[in-house]
Amino acid sequence: MHAFANPARFLKIARPATAWTLALAVPLILAGVIGGLFFTPRDYLQGESVRILYIHVPSAWLGMAGWGGLAVASLMQLVWRHPLSAIAGRAIAPVGAAFAAMCLATGSIWGRPTWGTWWEWDGRLTSMLILLFLYLGYIALASAERERGGEGRMAALFGLVGAVNLPIIHYSVLWWNTLHQGQSITLKGSTIAPELLWPLPLTLFGFTFLFASLVLMRMRAELARARAEARLRRNASE
Amino acid sequence: MNHWPFIIAAYVIVLGGSVALVAWAWTSMRSAERLADEVTRR
Repeated sequence: MHAFANPARFLKIARPATAWTLALAVPLILAGVIGGLFFTPRDYLQGESVRILYIHVPSAWLGMAGWGGLAVASLMQLVWRHPLSAIAGRAIAPVGAAFAAMCLATGSIWGRPTWGTWWEWDGRLTSMLILLFLYLGYIALASAERERGGEGRMAALFGLVGAVNLPIIHYSVLWWNTLHQGQSITLKGSTIAPELLWPLPLTLFGFTFLFASLVLMRMRAELARARAEARLRRNASE
Repeated sequence: MNHWPFIIAAYVIVLGGSVALVAWAWTSMRSAERLADEVTRR
């Protein structure tokens, strides 16, 4: 991990990895979406709306995993002050926020025909909405610190503290009575019928590769901007 | 109730959102790298 904290070494890997992750994401997402829309049966209870599963679950996973990555980057920044960790945090935040928002939107759309309501203030939905607000707070804090020339340590602290919300989201369906269904997939297996389940790993991996590619693009943009700013400062002082 | 309008809306949001994210991240990366190269060459 420490070896990759060098920006030059990171860029050497990130440049081909950006294209490779995107090239893996597109066919996996397309195969999962086509399979989920046209080649799976309707659910006996939920009917056709179960097809929203194939995009809702990856959005939820990436909304949460994004904050997990942001918390790890924040920890690395606070403990080791790695130059790339603040950049990684700032790169992850808007992408994670977008996936958290997509999770809330698709969940709401799924809820209308399934539960008869667009929204319910229960544990899972509310904690997921809080995650979106945490992302927005992190983005605002990190950009304000950057404008003032700070190292982003306050944003890193916020990123670390915000990780408390992740187990709350995960266990909310067990801790509280909720409209949201319980865990369908655990380490022990799945309660979803195999004929309905098979497109889900395709979209899960596909969107995960897409997320990785987006974060790499954002990190490369941040690094290029930092390089240009440093050069302009040097030119001005000469 | 016909579920398909809900399914279509959900897929449009996620797939459209993903395409928009890629376009935004790609263009901002390319313009930042172009600017950095230009400044370095000067």
